[in-house]
Amino acid sequence: MMDPFVAALTIFVLAVFVGFEVITKVPPTLHTPLMSGSNAISGITLVGALLAAGAQETTLSTILGVIAVVFATVNVVGGFLVTHRMLKMFRRKD
Amino acid sequence: MNIGINIGYLVAAALFIFGLKGLSHPRTAVRGNLLGASGMLLAIVLTLLDRGIISFEWIIVGIVVGAAIGVFLAIKVQMTQMPQLVALFNGFGGGASTLVAGAALIKAVLLTSTPSTQLTVSTAASGLIGAVTFWGSLIAFGKLQGIISSKPARIPAHQLLNGLLLLVSLGLGALIVIEPGATWIYWILVAVASALGVFMVLPIGGADMPVVISLLNSFSGLAAAATGFVLMNNVLIISGSLVGASGLILTNIMCKAMNRSLGNVLFGGVGGTVAEADDIYAGKVKSTSPDEVAMLLEGARRVVIVPGYGMAVAQAQYAVRDLTNLLESRGTEVEFGIHPVAGRMPGHMNVLLAEANIPYDKLKTMEEINPTFEQTDMAIVIGANDVVNPSAREADSGPLAGMPILEVDKARTVVVIKRSLSPGFAGVPNPLFAADSTLMLFGDGKQMVTDIITALKET
Repeated sequence: MMDPFVAALTIFVLAVFVGFEVITKVPPTLHTPLMSGSNAISGITLVGALLAAGAQETTLSTILGVIAVVFATVNVVGGFLVTHRMLKMFRRKD
Repeated sequence: MNIGINIGYLVAAALFIFGLKGLSHPRTAVRGNLLGASGMLLAIVLTLLDRGIISFEWIIVGIVVGAAIGVFLAIKVQMTQMPQLVALFNGFGGGASTLVAGAALIKAVLLTSTPSTQLTVSTAASGLIGAVTFWGSLIAFGKLQGIISSKPARIPAHQLLNGLLLLVSLGLGALIVIEPGATWIYWILVAVASALGVFMVLPIGGADMPVVISLLNSFSGLAAAATGFVLMNNVLIISGSLVGASGLILTNIMCKAMNRSLGNVLFGGVGGTVAEADDIYAGKVKSTSPDEVAMLLEGARRVVIVPGYGMAVAQAQYAVRDLTNLLESRGTEVEFGIHPVAGRMPGHMNVLLAEANIPYDKLKTMEEINPTFEQTDMAIVIGANDVVNPSAREADSGPLAGMPILEVDKARTVVVIKRSLSPGFAGVPNPLFAADSTLMLFGDGKQMVTDIITALKET
């Protein structure tokens, strides 16, 4: 049985390689949407924020969790929406 | 832990990867972004099913407030302001990761008096990276929005100061690992890392922002990944590392496009060598008028437009679009040459021109456009300076030496639309302005392009 930390580290390293492979194929013309879109994905920390806000361990951890929920939701909702707005503007010659 | 939720997280992570893959072409990009968003929705819904969550009131409040702010910002923002918005979102992501890691540490200390080394190490990492991201991004936002001066702030011995702050942060991180019971150490670490974030970005000037924003983008991903290690949550680890890789790639592209190392951008400080502008310009600069440019455009078969940050400042992109359409209706071929660091973030010019309805297949990269300048009748430089400075080709030309440039000076005629002869960010005079084939059109970018259009229509 693999140690959980080693397993997590393995996933991390492999995901970095996947990231490099996928993202080197993004053309320069889409670099701004790439940034805002990948930025929205990094808002995945919302998952942890929800767990912290809802678990009701201590008052402090709930407060921290709720602030984190606000921050991460701004990141996720705003990020995907503004990326969508930008990408819809890119059009071919007609 | 329930297998169902974890498999669902895996599906979400796969959707993120498909989403990013979709961004490899403008045709598939909208769908890619929607895939990414649905992956996020899936992850959120699954998390809310977790039995660890016993109260939903505050969660709902947080989500409603966050979503309202996010929607407002995303709809209100102008395309010219995109760099500061992305900086702001970056900061929020990093800040959230820091807070989540802090809450997790409190919980771990509550449950077991001795949390695992893995948890404390990753908590320290998340606190450090997240706080640097949050404050660094806020400073970058302030500079781009004009709240703080975008000039590089002169901080005495800032390399030493930042090195010291980093060392103290690492020391505090080690202390958390040794003494995990004392959670207050974590918040001191966050405070010191916040100072590091502020002092890291303050000395960096406006034109280096593409590098800084890319780097902070990478950091926000790494902070999320570190939080994933704290919570042992794979979807955080995978998404965080994808974003970390993405930001690093962009940082690297930006640094290469300026022929500078990351260390030089962060710690180098700029300026210093101010060459003798008078020797280069004296008596050689030829000023022109919109009418003369229109006359030259009459006979042009191929025109290349080179935009820079100045075009964004002057909001000239719509006028540029009108000029493009007019020229094309007269049978002139028009393309755009875009330097990787034109603007304040990677791809900034492309978004502005796309907003003005210029088809993306007209926007050419430096590698694509450079071989075509010799067959170009006129290159129009609007609001760009350093990225077209031919002295970058010479080894001893100071800050610009070795930077790859758009070789507009190889075009038959070059028209530079600019307010004055003032140097660009690098502080180096531009011999292009004094070249035989160059005509300077002094004035506001938008006004001058509009005047050229009027003159063209009259002929």
